[in-house]
Amino acid sequence: MKFELPPLKYEAGDLAPQLSAETLEYHHGKHHLAYVNNLNNLLPGSPFEEATLETMIRKAEGGIFNNAAQVWNHTFYFASLSPTGKRTPSGTVAKAIDAEYGSFEGFREAFTKAATTLFGSGWAWLCMKPDGRLLITQESNAGNPIRSGLMPLMTCDVWEHAYYIDYRNRRPDYIKAFWELLDWKVIGERYDEALKK
Amino acid sequence: MKTKAILTFTIVLGLITVNNKIMAQNYNFPELPYAYNALEPYIDAQTMEIHYTKHHRAYFDNFVKAAGEAKIDNLTLEDIFSRISIYSPAIRNNGGGYYNHMLFWKVMGPNTGGQPEGDLLKAIDETFGSFDKFKADFETAAKTQFGSGWAWLAVDANGKLFVSQTPNQDNPLMDVAAKRGKPVLGLDVWEHAYYLKYQNRRPEYVANFWNVVNWKKVAELYKAAVK
Ligand SMILES: [Fe+2]
Ligand SMILES: [Fe+2]
Repeated sequence: MKFELPPLKYEAGDLAPQLSAETLEYHHGKHHLAYVNNLNNLLPGSPFEEATLETMIRKAEGGIFNNAAQVWNHTFYFASLSPTGKRTPSGTVAKAIDAEYGSFEGFREAFTKAATTLFGSGWAWLCMKPDGRLLITQESNAGNPIRSGLMPLMTCDVWEHAYYIDYRNRRPDYIKAFWELLDWKVIGERYDEALKK
Repeated sequence: MKTKAILTFTIVLGLITVNNKIMAQNYNFPELPYAYNALEPYIDAQTMEIHYTKHHRAYFDNFVKAAGEAKIDNLTLEDIFSRISIYSPAIRNNGGGYYNHMLFWKVMGPNTGGQPEGDLLKAIDETFGSFDKFKADFETAAKTQFGSGWAWLAVDANGKLFVSQTPNQDNPLMDVAAKRGKPVLGLDVWEHAYYLKYQNRRPEYVANFWNVVNWKKVAELYKAAVK
């Protein structure tokens, strides 16, 4: 299967000032694209030639795992950002957050901590466990919670390339900006979908 | 009550002072051996300044704090690294970050580049076949380290050179490293080391590194390591 770079559903400059057009152009147009191209180059002749990204995330190792997971992770990340989204959760996902973390504020703190303290390159995740409860995890490098049987609902890219142009070494400032761009309509839909599985 | 409180306060203050002295003796944050713009155009001044004053500084400060809390601040970095697996991630990550950047600044300099001479060149030729073959090996290690990390040239327990890569702020002195030895050359391939100038183009940053390697310094480290 040949993979393609999914287009952004907004213009590169639409997330400014929190994330600059330059950041989006590199992050989507160079990094995300490179993962797609690398994967397409690695697949011919491999056991994963006809596999889905999810299968590669579950079963592959090395370069195929890294690139497949990075394609999936970035698509998931970019799709959850929006210039005009809902900035707070509501409905079923809001109830689940309150039940697990006491309040949206409590959840924000816990997720921010996970994103801030992940050492090196990686991702912070909000997931649904098989029992339906929520869980925050950290994954290094290309890591994706699907591999350990969790259902991802939301993610924050904390590779330095996600924020270095705009925030330099100040990852906490980037995470603050991330909250201002996160669209809870998307996360709410993912939560409802995951409940059905 | 009041006297007791003041007395306790004084004792605590005294301990902090003594503690600081011990720390100051064991670990220091060395000056950058050249100006921020000294490695232009290969490494830009802004990157050097943020890298040294923010990233390296934070590793140093966090390491000193963690080592103090773990009461191991009387040990050398080499001692700590040799059994790093028993210590906390804070010690491993920040101790590594503190040491690795110190070495990194040391092995670069203005008006350098070229190639090594003498015993070091001989050892490189013997181990890798040629200086160019060594460069290719080292560049591969630097380019294929997925995520954050370092590429190394190091000397193993038999005095033999090897090239390796480590994730995050690990290094070959650590007991967790796949290949253990004494580093004589290190290249930081965290994105913060090159993003402002090279963005996603790590290979270009790696290729340009050869223009700023201080081989005289590397030869000194090699000489000390094979002793
Ligand atoms: Fe990214
Ligand atoms: Fe660095």
